[in-house]
Amino acid sequence: MLSVNNIEVIYDHVILVLKGVSLDVPKGSVVAILGANGAGKTTTLKAISNLLQAERGDVTKGSIDFDGTQVHDLSPNELVKRGCIQVMEGRHVFEHLTVEENLLTGAYTRKEGRAAISEDLEKTYSYFPRLKERRTSQAGYTSGGEQQMLTIGRALMSKPKMILLDEPSMGLAPQLVEEIFEIVKDLNQREGVSFLLAEQNTNIALRYADYGYVLENGRVVMDGEGAELRENEDVKEFYLGMGGAGRKSFRDGKNYRRRKRWL
Amino acid sequence: MEILTTIFIQPFFDMAADPILFLQVIWEGFVTGILYSLIALGFVLIFKASGVFNFAQGIMVVFAALTLVGLHENGIPAYIALPITILVMYALAFSVERLVLRPLVNQPDIILFMATIGVTFFLIGFGEFIFGGEPKMMITEELLLPYGSITFFDDMLILQEIDIAASGIAALALIFLALFLGKTKIGIALRAVADDNQAALSVGVSLNTIWVLVWFISGIIALITGIMWGAKSDVSFALSIIAFKALPVLILGGFTSVQGAIVGGLIIGIGEKIGEFYWGDLVGGSIESWLAYMIALVFLLFRPQGLFGEKIIERV
Ligand SMILES: Nc1ncnc2c1ncn2[C@@H]1O[C@H](COP(=O)(O)OP(=O)(O)O)[C@@H](O)[C@H]1O
Ligand SMILES: [Mg+2]
Repeated sequence: MLSVNNIEVIYDHVILVLKGVSLDVPKGSVVAILGANGAGKTTTLKAISNLLQAERGDVTKGSIDFDGTQVHDLSPNELVKRGCIQVMEGRHVFEHLTVEENLLTGAYTRKEGRAAISEDLEKTYSYFPRLKERRTSQAGYTSGGEQQMLTIGRALMSKPKMILLDEPSMGLAPQLVEEIFEIVKDLNQREGVSFLLAEQNTNIALRYADYGYVLENGRVVMDGEGAELRENEDVKEFYLGMGGAGRKSFRDGKNYRRRKRWL
Repeated sequence: MEILTTIFIQPFFDMAADPILFLQVIWEGFVTGILYSLIALGFVLIFKASGVFNFAQGIMVVFAALTLVGLHENGIPAYIALPITILVMYALAFSVERLVLRPLVNQPDIILFMATIGVTFFLIGFGEFIFGGEPKMMITEELLLPYGSITFFDDMLILQEIDIAASGIAALALIFLALFLGKTKIGIALRAVADDNQAALSVGVSLNTIWVLVWFISGIIALITGIMWGAKSDVSFALSIIAFKALPVLILGGFTSVQGAIVGGLIIGIGEKIGEFYWGDLVGGSIESWLAYMIALVFLLFRPQGLFGEKIIERV
């Protein structure tokens, strides 16, 4: 479905952020990109959705293939039409629009008539019953959890094949995070939507992901099946906070050798 | 004491003494206010949707009116000249997007502002080159606008029919705009862009399309304003000074509020006429040029966020 081949991303013509990232998202799967703040997760997702251009970022090497086409020359608008949509980190709802209007903007690129759109609106509400209750409220006045649901529901309204989901857990209570990941799983299984999600919350991401990539400083340092990664000693130590001697500093010599090995 | 009375008491006494005259003054102010509102509205729409402080808004009014009248002068009947003018405004919106906004996207706001100054001078030069610089008459009659007047209270209150028509057309335009922004897919997308253009981009809204659209809408509003204003005076580049009246309206109404533009325009229009009529003699007339700013500033003392300064929604 999606394959990213050895891409390099440069911001402002000089700042090299991704240094050869490759990853694959098979059709119908949930794949996670893990890594600390600043690792390059968001940049990777934006390189795929082509939202990078609006930030003066550019893919200078490598290629990205979505559903059989190179995405490099496609606008975000064309990518959404082809079924690849990004949910940006930080819950970007349209604050002064109502919840329902927000959902409708998700269907902007669709050409079907009103009937098809309102059918999908109902379907979206069935996944997010809370949004239905708040359909006429201004989105800016809904809670953080509702806003996160709204951005995912809005993406769903575009009838996507794949959703690029950036840090859905950010700033939300654990219970809500769990609820949102359950919905992601549901959408994946029942609607067949593939997911590529970026997360700092390694623990929950690996419980729901089929496959994971660990990103550090713009490079993939490790990858594997979700379950496999969860059992991996290094992941446990650095990302799940379960190391024998507790979390260690990255400057620690032992860590350094380990990270070397990943390269 | 004498002076205090003439400033603070006498004018109000005059108002009460002849309420019909007072009504007439308010009506005159209201009619001018509508035009201020329309200009400010075109400005606000562009500012909201593309973040551009459009210096050319006033000139667009003149350019639209000039095109309409100029086409008619060249023998094209009004019912054809009008749609052609609308097309010209579309071409203008399209060119501004292609030649100004798109190449300058991601540049600092001040650069875009300067670019609109460039657009202003281009429109002046282009308009004069094609249609000549001398003042022209608006083709009121050919556009089927009424020109008589209606009187009330034994001819004490006189309403020009063109003013009544102007109010009606402005109201219609506003209703149209409200329906468009509230109910249509592209109208909702336009508001989405105004709220968060990154997020709008992410759901597949093409910002370029929206920019063309919003400049086109502003162009149509400019055309309506130009026809109405032109019907009251000549069509010439001197008209563009009304654009300077938009600034106090924006200070008052806020740069991002549609309601603010409308109500602000009316307040400035009415305030100005009342000020001029009842206090004008005290300062030797011609207070119209700065009174609007006074009104806006006094308002700001009490409401620094402007009239309707869009509520900033704090995230929890
Ligand atoms: N628009 C930008 N211009 C310049 N540098 C950027 C920009 N966006 C992100 N970066 C840099 O790229 C690196 C990766 O950022 P990002 O992809 O946001 O990481 P993550 O999502 O994993 O936290 C960071 O060092 C960040 O400072
Ligand atoms: Mg990020």
